[in-house]
Formats: sequence, structure tokens, C-alpha cells
Amino acid sequence: MTAASSVTQTAQSSAILPGQGGWTGSLSDKFWRNPKLLLILMLTPPALWLGIIYLGSLFALLAQSFFSIDEFSGMVQYDLTLKTYGELFRPANLDIIIRTVSMAAIVTVAAACVAFPIAYFAARYARGKWKALFYIGVMLPLWSSYLVKVYAWKLILAKEGILTWIFAKLHLTWLLEAWLAIPIIGGYSLSVSYTGTFLVFLYVWLPFMVLPVQAALERVPGSYIEASGDLGATPGQTFRHVIFPLALPGIVAGSIFTFSLTLGDYIIPQIVGSSRLFIGQAVYAQQGTAGNIPLAAAFTVVPIVIMGFYLWGAKRMGAFDAI
Amino acid sequence: MKSLLKSGTSVMVVLALAASQAAAADMMTALGTPEGNVNIVAWPGYIERGETDANFDWVTSFEKETGCKVNVKSANTSDEMVALMNEGGFDLVTASGDASLRMIAGKRVQPINTDLIPSWNSVDDRLKSAPWHTVNGVHYGTPYQWGPNVLMYNTEAFKEAPKSWDVVFKEMTLADGKSNKGRVQAYDGPIHIADAAQYLMAHNPELGIKSPYELNADQYAAALDLLRGQRELVSRYWHDAFIQMDDFKNEGVVASGSWPFQVNLLKSEGLPIASTIPEEGVTGWADTTMLHADAENPTCAYLWMEHSLSPKVQGDLAAWFGSNPAVPAACKGNALLGDEGCATNGFDDFDRVSFWQTPVSKCESQGECVPYYRWVSDYIGVIGGR
Repeated sequence: MTAASSVTQTAQSSAILPGQGGWTGSLSDKFWRNPKLLLILMLTPPALWLGIIYLGSLFALLAQSFFSIDEFSGMVQYDLTLKTYGELFRPANLDIIIRTVSMAAIVTVAAACVAFPIAYFAARYARGKWKALFYIGVMLPLWSSYLVKVYAWKLILAKEGILTWIFAKLHLTWLLEAWLAIPIIGGYSLSVSYTGTFLVFLYVWLPFMVLPVQAALERVPGSYIEASGDLGATPGQTFRHVIFPLALPGIVAGSIFTFSLTLGDYIIPQIVGSSRLFIGQAVYAQQGTAGNIPLAAAFTVVPIVIMGFYLWGAKRMGAFDAI
Repeated sequence: MKSLLKSGTSVMVVLALAASQAAAADMMTALGTPEGNVNIVAWPGYIERGETDANFDWVTSFEKETGCKVNVKSANTSDEMVALMNEGGFDLVTASGDASLRMIAGKRVQPINTDLIPSWNSVDDRLKSAPWHTVNGVHYGTPYQWGPNVLMYNTEAFKEAPKSWDVVFKEMTLADGKSNKGRVQAYDGPIHIADAAQYLMAHNPELGIKSPYELNADQYAAALDLLRGQRELVSRYWHDAFIQMDDFKNEGVVASGSWPFQVNLLKSEGLPIASTIPEEGVTGWADTTMLHADAENPTCAYLWMEHSLSPKVQGDLAAWFGSNPAVPAACKGNALLGDEGCATNGFDDFDRVSFWQTPVSKCESQGECVPYYRWVSDYIGVIGGR
């Protein structure tokens, strides 16, 4: 736009609408003439918040991971080094990372399998009050205290808990014992085994999978399914070639929640499980009692990197189209 | 300095004190008028004003007598306590052995003048000059409470009290005919390595361990080996007192290192639980009320320290917390603690307790020791099965 035309435009606009009185009026005129000014004013506070509070603290943390701890005095040395990252690859620390990532992956797959039928029913069959009941059923666990739920599960899974009792009443104690005898996933009782940790994770994060999957399934037009049937597809073929691909973005979106939440949680494995550490607990132990902030920071980088790759893959699968 | 002026001592005194040695420069010489407030960082349950149970109240009477309002900030770990004291704004802290020396080294606390605390003479002689609050003969606080980490056991699984920590370190068949595998617990903190070291002190004297908190590389490796064997027996490591109590109730756990707190609570519920101090001895904790270097309310703080040493407070607190009083007089005639209370909580076993301290690389007994941060990473490995 040339200077001349902008002058004309200003002249025209003032000719059509006389300037409003008062400072609010002139402010409003100013914003109208410079739309970018308003945008800058409105974006600056959230940008500062994001920049300083979020990213700033994140980078402060990342910077810590490039320091190291002195072997003898236990004091943090402020010289840039990759030694702390090297420590992540010590067997005990690598175990923690592998353990956490495997658990997150298994929980995610299981959550998808359990959530899909529930979400499918809610999206395609539930109507009226049943739909309301579905929402309450899914959301209710989210409203109650997380800790109460986890402690309740500890009691359910205990050696002398209700689950053991039910198995005994059904004369299936042998089945439970056979399961607990399996190495790695078994243990002395469900509440001190990986199986127990897995069940609690699955229960607690399930709503985060159900809701996006249901949203995705509601968007699958009924006519597609009818058309698939008209063209002679069996229900299985319809599921494989129509419903599942269309619901996939919802599943991937849900998996982002279940995967990242499992990756970062440090309370569930502390209450239910075999006391073997997960990443969140390792961070807590290293920064809290050990004063080894560099290693705690390096541990924090692990989920960030993993989630970075995960989100990149999810984007390619179209997960963000459903949000 | 500011606080000294506030408390009314003359400028001349301040100058004279400043001229004398640095440690004594901060020490109060006389009490002023109470400031009206005292801010205390304390362990949860340490300073009760009858809100949980009306019988346990040692704040209200103090506030009435002195006009000092008590403000308590609870802290759950020693690290939190150190962080809060570094932040400032507090007058007192009930610090455990690991935190106390760190705060003295960091000059966050000031020496106390025992002449201003009339009850100082009533303090247990065993605690008066304890190394966790006395440095070079200067006292940095008044002892508050102490307690042993006892061996808690189920009386149905053990016909008589276990004599040794063997039951949590070695696989064996218990009196009820079943193995102890999966039925014992250990503490989920790196400091548990000290318990293993103490066991080795008694059973492997050739290692030459002098203090369970001062281990050279070989002694440390032996302790870790013992703990790796223990991992096979332990179903879950405990870190939360209430989870441990639940595990004794619902998880079939029959023996574990524990605190008198859990033992007393489980007993009061009528469960078949008892505790013992095995022949190897035990580890334990001892807390000290310490005065902040820049305390804004020093007079009220001194009055609280004096109050905290009264037999009534000490006895009530010992009954509440399952700990031992720092004042022996508290053991007699306290209604809440009872005459047996001190013996129950392990008052007579002071010499068999190795009090908690932070392992440092420069240690007294052998010059070069494994520092605490290695304890943390290696204990994580042990629990993870490495």
C-alpha cells in the first residue's frame, strides 16, 4: 500500500465515521486502524507466560542436565559435560528407562483394546439417557481423588484382598498362583507384581483413551458402513477397511495421553508394584534425597525425547486431525 | 545483628560480641520481650495443638503463658527442611541428624546460649553434647526427641521375638512352617544400606566396619551384596508408614524394620504385632530444635525451646509419636505415656542405636568413604535387581 492511498483511506474512514470521544473511543479507533497492535497486546501475556514460565523453566532444567556431580564431594559442578547423559546408560538406569517405556507401551495397547468396544457402543448405539450414563460412567473415576483410587486398588489386589477371595470362591486359586509364578510379571501377590501395576495404570488412564476414540467413531458416517455392507463386505472386512482406519486418529490421540501419563507417573508404581523404580520415581529420588540434580534432569529429558518421536509419528498418522 | 538490637541489648554489647569469635558473635546473651510470634518448621505431628486429638496439645498453654503465637510449617523430608531454612522467614526447625550438620555447615542456624534455657540441665546426658548438634563444643540446638528403627514382627509367625536381623536378610523357615520369602520388607531409602552395614559389623568383623555410615569401597560392596540377597526375599520396599501397616494387615508381611509409630498403632488396633531390638543393634534418628541464624523472634524461640524441654511436653510427644523424650524426667508420671512408655519405645537401648547421619566422602573413621549420592544410585540398582 502506498502512502498516498493510505492517506486517502484514513480521510475516507474519518469522513464516514467521526472519531469517537474519550480515551476508550480513541483506543478503539487505534485498534481498528492497526489490527496488529491489538494482536500483539493480546498475545504478549500468554506468550510471556509460555516463554518464561514454561519454556524458561524447561530450559533451565535441560541446562542442569549438562552439568555433573563431583564424584568425591557430591557437589554439582557447573562445567558443561555429557558425563551425566553417559550415566543414563549405566545398566541400572537403562533398566529404569526400558521398564517405564515397556509399561507405557503395554498399557497403551491394552487401553486401546478395552476402550474401543466401549467407545463404539457409546458412539453408535447409546442414545438419550444411556449416552448420559456412559459419559458419567467414563468421567466419574476422573472426578474422584486419584490417590483414593490407587489405594483402593492396593486393597483389591492385596494377598488377603477381595480378588484373591473371589478366585478362592471360584476354586481358581491355582490359576492365580500359576499366573503369579510366571517370572517378571508375577510376584508374591498381585499388588507387589508388575501385573498389579499394569492393572492400576490401565484403570486410571482408561477414560483418556475412551473419550477421543468415541469422538473419532462418532465422525464415521453411518452411510459408509451401510455402503460397505451393500458391497458385500463381511463385518470383519468393514471393521478392517472402514471403521478402524477412520477411528485410528482418535486411537492415536488417546494413546498420546495414556503413553505420556504412564511415562511420567511416579505415584502408582510407588503404591502398587515391586518397588522397582520408574522414571518419575528415579527423578524424585535423584533430585530429592540424593541432591543429584544433573542426573534427575537427564532422566527428565528421556520422556521428552521419547514423546517428541511419538508425537512426530502420531502427526504422520493424522492424530491431530481429530483434536 | 538486627535481632540483637531489637531484643534491647546495648550497642556496646553488640560491638563487644562482634569483636569476639565469630561463633559466639551470634549467640544471644539475654532474653528480650516476647515478639508475639514464633515460626517453626517441624515434622508432621511434632507440634500438636489438640486439633487431631484433644489430649495431645502442647501449644495452647505456651501461647497463653508467653503471648507467642506458634506458627508451624510441616516438612516431610530433611531436604525440605533444609530448603525452607535456606529460604528464611523461620525461627526454629526440628532437624534430624542428616539435616542438622548440613545447616550448621551452611551457617543457617546459630549457636544457642544454654544459660538462657533453665531446663538445659534436665536434658538427657547422653544427648547433651551429641555430635549431630554440637560442633567444637558449641551447641546448636536443644534435643527434642529420638527413636530407634526397630524390627517389627507378627507374633503369630514368630513364637518368640527374633534375636537377629537374619530374618530380613537370609532366607529361612519361620516358626509357622513357611518360608520368609515374600513376607519381609525393607526400607525404601538408600539409608537402609546402613542397616545392612550394621548387620555386617556383627557378622563379618573381618570387614572392619566402625560405623555403618562410614564405609570404604570394600565394606560398601559387601553391604550391597547382602542387600542383593535381600531383594529376593522382599516383595515390596516400604517408604510410607501407612502403606507398611496395610501390608502387615492385608499382604501377609510378617517382619520388617520399622518405627515404633507403626508398632504402637498396629498394637492399638489389636493386631498380633510386636517389636524388638535384635542383637546386632539398630539404626535410629534423633531430632534437635535449632535456631535460625537470622531468626526474627529469638526471644519467643528461646521460650519455645525452654517449653519444649518440659517433662509434660516431652512425655506427651513421646506418647503421640512413639518416640523417646530428650528429658529423662518425662518417663515418670506422664499420664499419656505411662510408666512403661519409655521402655516400650526403646529408651534404655540408646547405646545400641547408631544414629542417622549423612555419609560423606571425608569420614572420620577411615579417611575416604563412599558418599551419599552413590548410596542413592546403587540402592536404586539393588531394588531394580542389579
